[in-house]
Amino acid sequence: MAGEVVLLDFWPSMFAMRVRIALAEKGIRYESKEEDLSNKSPLLLEMNPINKQIPVLIHNGKPVCESLIIVQYIDEVWNDKSPLLPSDPYQRAQARFWADFVDNKVSGAAKKVWSTKGEEQEAGKKEFLEALKTMEGELGDKPYFGGETFGYVDLSFITFYSWFHAYEVLGNINIEAECPKIITWAKRCMQKEAVAKTLPDQKKVYEFVVQLRKMFVSE
Amino acid sequence: MEELKLLGAWPSVYCYRVIWALKLKGVKYEYVEEDLSNKSDHLLQYNPVHKKVPVLVHHGKPVAETSVILEYIEEIWPQNPLLPNDPFEKALARFWTKFEEDKSPAFFAFFRGVGEEQEKATKEAKQLLKIIEDHGLGEKKFFGGNKIGLVDLAFGWLSAWLEVMEEVVGIKLMEANSFPRLEAWNKSFKEDPMIKENLPDRDEMLPYFKSLREKLIASATT
Repeated sequence: MAGEVVLLDFWPSMFAMRVRIALAEKGIRYESKEEDLSNKSPLLLEMNPINKQIPVLIHNGKPVCESLIIVQYIDEVWNDKSPLLPSDPYQRAQARFWADFVDNKVSGAAKKVWSTKGEEQEAGKKEFLEALKTMEGELGDKPYFGGETFGYVDLSFITFYSWFHAYEVLGNINIEAECPKIITWAKRCMQKEAVAKTLPDQKKVYEFVVQLRKMFVSE
Repeated sequence: MEELKLLGAWPSVYCYRVIWALKLKGVKYEYVEEDLSNKSDHLLQYNPVHKKVPVLVHHGKPVAETSVILEYIEEIWPQNPLLPNDPFEKALARFWTKFEEDKSPAFFAFFRGVGEEQEKATKEAKQLLKIIEDHGLGEKKFFGGNKIGLVDLAFGWLSAWLEVMEEVVGIKLMEANSFPRLEAWNKSFKEDPMIKENLPDRDEMLPYFKSLREKLIASATT
């Protein structure tokens, strides 16, 4: 189960953050290799020739790609502590459904908030807040999406919290006003060491996104 | 018998994936055909978030999203496994299932495109087929290895659906001999008795997809 673990990483990537949280939760020692996405390393191109994207987990020399697939792999291989997915198959299906919702609805809309302007951005903002409200409805009164404990859905979603300041400034939105329960939940997650140590500072992310936005929008 | 219902809509390939998985595992279920232009209360109740098919309802509890449903089926009915046991091989199977999902817009663009856009989409679709053939299938008989697995089900639309799409669009993506291994896979896939008995009828699909392409082209130009 042990062996060499390497993570091809990128500090602001909310997808790479998911893997870092999972590794921290399980207490797995690993080497993080920061990638320059404008100049991808030969290792990245060798380990993920199809998509050429991070994160990539390299375990004993073999690559696992796609953040949620990596998280499930980690959960299956290091199955002796801190389970990330529920043990009941129906609960697992619900967890997978909501992580898929984060990837398909939250993520796509969030990108529109920072990478577009005008009408397209307005539509993106609306979509993003609606997706957050749907997440809020699913959370209900539970402390975590996983119930009493931090789980797979929490892990999939919390990493976007590090980008909230960027969404708020660039999109001129107030997430706390629109979805207060999401902010309460996020702050609860931030009490966990694995999350607090993994998520970068929101202002640092904002500065990064401001530069990234220039590649997409002429202003 | 366990109470099991599948809400589906012909000829959705997503629904067929679930049908194939259940048939391959010998699991009995009740099929309910949904009218997507007039969604039933049941569908809206069971899948309020996406309001889409397929939805699997097991003992009254709904599971939605095709890939989620398939993983659920695999866990509840482990006979005739469709996923490898080894975590690394399992991760690889999940990667290709996700690849199919992520790239389906490119094939959709091929189906509804016209003119220059159509040319670009055709080129991209062929490049994807090459990647799928070289890296996904390789030298194996099936994506799953010696027998059909979840990745074969994910690419199952390359069998009956693609040829209908090609005929409607008037362009062949899989020209003879350009993708020999995918062609061989296609033949093997369709020969499996469970798949053979559960493929939509070509003559029924043609008018359906012809009308769908017309509608898509019309809505793109308005």
